[in-house]
Amino acid sequence: MPATKLSKASQDQASRVFDLDVSSLRELNQALHNLTSGSNETAWEVLHPKGSHSVAVGVDQPVSIDVRGSVGYYCAGMNDGAAITVHGSAGPGVGENMMSGSIVIKGDASQYAGATGKGGLLVIEGNASSRCGISMKGIDIVVHGNIGHMSAFMAQSGNLVVLGDAGDALGDSIYEARLFVRGKVESLGADCIAKEMRPEHIELLQGLLDRAGVTGVKPSEFKRYGSARTLYNFNIDNADAY
Amino acid sequence: MTYKNPPTTPRKSATFDDYTLSEIRRAAATGIYDIRGAGAKRKLPHFDDLLFLGASISRYPLEGYRERCDTSVVLGSRHAKKPIELKIPITIAGMSFGSLSGPAKEALGRGATLSGTSTTTGDGGMTEEERGHSKQLVYQYLPSRYGMNPRDLRRADAIEVVVGQGAKPGGGGMLLGQKISDRVAEMRTLPKGIDQRSASRHPDWTGPDDLEIKILELREITDWEKPIYVKVGGARPYYDTALAVKAGADVVVVDGMQGGTAATQEVFIENVGMPTLACIRPAVQALQDLGMHRKVQLIVSGGIRNGADVAKALALGVDAVSIGTAALVALGDNDPRWESEYNALGTTAGAYDDWHEGRDPAGITTQDPELMKRVDPIAAGRRLANYLKVMTLEAQTIARACGKNSLHNLEPEDLVALTIEAAAMAGVPLAGTNWIPGKNGF
Repeated sequence: MPATKLSKASQDQASRVFDLDVSSLRELNQALHNLTSGSNETAWEVLHPKGSHSVAVGVDQPVSIDVRGSVGYYCAGMNDGAAITVHGSAGPGVGENMMSGSIVIKGDASQYAGATGKGGLLVIEGNASSRCGISMKGIDIVVHGNIGHMSAFMAQSGNLVVLGDAGDALGDSIYEARLFVRGKVESLGADCIAKEMRPEHIELLQGLLDRAGVTGVKPSEFKRYGSARTLYNFNIDNADAY
Repeated sequence: MTYKNPPTTPRKSATFDDYTLSEIRRAAATGIYDIRGAGAKRKLPHFDDLLFLGASISRYPLEGYRERCDTSVVLGSRHAKKPIELKIPITIAGMSFGSLSGPAKEALGRGATLSGTSTTTGDGGMTEEERGHSKQLVYQYLPSRYGMNPRDLRRADAIEVVVGQGAKPGGGGMLLGQKISDRVAEMRTLPKGIDQRSASRHPDWTGPDDLEIKILELREITDWEKPIYVKVGGARPYYDTALAVKAGADVVVVDGMQGGTAATQEVFIENVGMPTLACIRPAVQALQDLGMHRKVQLIVSGGIRNGADVAKALALGVDAVSIGTAALVALGDNDPRWESEYNALGTTAGAYDDWHEGRDPAGITTQDPELMKRVDPIAAGRRLANYLKVMTLEAQTIARACGKNSLHNLEPEDLVALTIEAAAMAGVPLAGTNWIPGKNGF
């Protein structure tokens, strides 16, 4: 796809409403990247995404972006400060490698939601598929529904909160991320164990639920999971777990 | 006088040789597979098995040292708004901060910049030393995504999506606890002192169709400015090259099994993947079949040591080569001046490969503050620049002798092979014959 110079008409549109039926993905992302701190264009609306990939990726200004419809892969990828809401469902890798800001998915999310995220908050109001929070590195993820298998695989840091159930092999090879699951866990992955909910975890979880706008749910209804730390240094007697 | 039966000379097994026996004993004693750095050490068909023909009555040479012989190359002209322009077709391969010390990374940047070429980050993020001293820096996008962030993505000059590397196609890396210093731990978001395992596959895509979408995302984030490389280990070079082109790569990097690693299992290094020589022609063929040869550039790495290797790779259709192990040697790796210290570690200069242990006497593959002082980044950078200059002059000398006014005008017709294996792999005739094994039904 060649890079195109923004037409006058699309620039006018870009000030607030961006219709992907009329303008290209390239024009949308370029307009978002052209934002500088202090810009007046702080509220954006994206119409007719129709499953487009890479919608609103690499945004680094604290603007709000409402995407009216469902998106394809990597929506809001590497978000660094924007508040992005998808009024629909999201394809694989939503919010991958997010640095800061927030992403809310009103529908469901596909695989790898929040993968490798370094910071910020990802809220999925529906369900998330497999590998949710894979390799997470500081992001907070709150899923109102269920999550699929291999979620939080090699999760390094950050918090994953699941109001529903978790699939097979939760937290396999996990490092220091914290997992809070309210429902059933199909199975735990290698080196992931249930842990005691101490007062600081109750407080942390309450804060996460508040930030995610979750009401009517108590932290005491959750179980905490994390690393047993037995794989941190290689030992041949653990070979079956590697 | 009594007759003594003549003794039989003690005979060691070729199969159970000394190295093999020592490895069995070591495994039995420790219960841990052998982990080491560097690439395949076994004897493999290589560039040494090829020769240039030079000029003769039907081909006239260019005057050595006098006539122009261009060495420059542009990488990433397919889609990127800002392709990389290199003065020499030799780049520095990806090596991580973490596996290498900060001064060593700085030296690589300095040497590359003095030579008009690029250097590459590794599985540990981008450091200020490296960015600051590298005019052209390729930022690796790896499965672990340690230190990955959009700011560094935008201040890179190119992005290399790493699918695999020659030392371990299909494997992930590891960095043992001794090297996870505070700074390394912070960059990788890991607890200090643990044995870090790097993922072997990307967390958010699998397969060529996903890769195409991932490349689109990286291009969108960087506004289509940066060349996007795709690096693969030398496993299925024809199909991997074709699929990388299909996925939208500007540059394909193919790393043969002699290509080094910071640390992986010995059994992996020596038994998985193909020699560099065997990877080149299939990769070039894929580009030619797609009509993309010279439009998507091909970089090959793994065992490049001198200007002859560079010239041979280019003659087989490669656009540029990449060096890692050789660059470290230029900085001072495995230098005999540290022999007594190598001996104390149970090895000898030239054989030291326990780079993961962080006790490198040369101060390169370490995070030990005292050892790393042994690398003066300015002097080591200068040595790398000298070495790159020599390699370039050597390649030019050969190209002029073949009558070529550009290194990229070298061609397979300039080459013959010394062995049947090399002839088959490189697709050039066995010396003194017109036989290319596998061609024309033979």
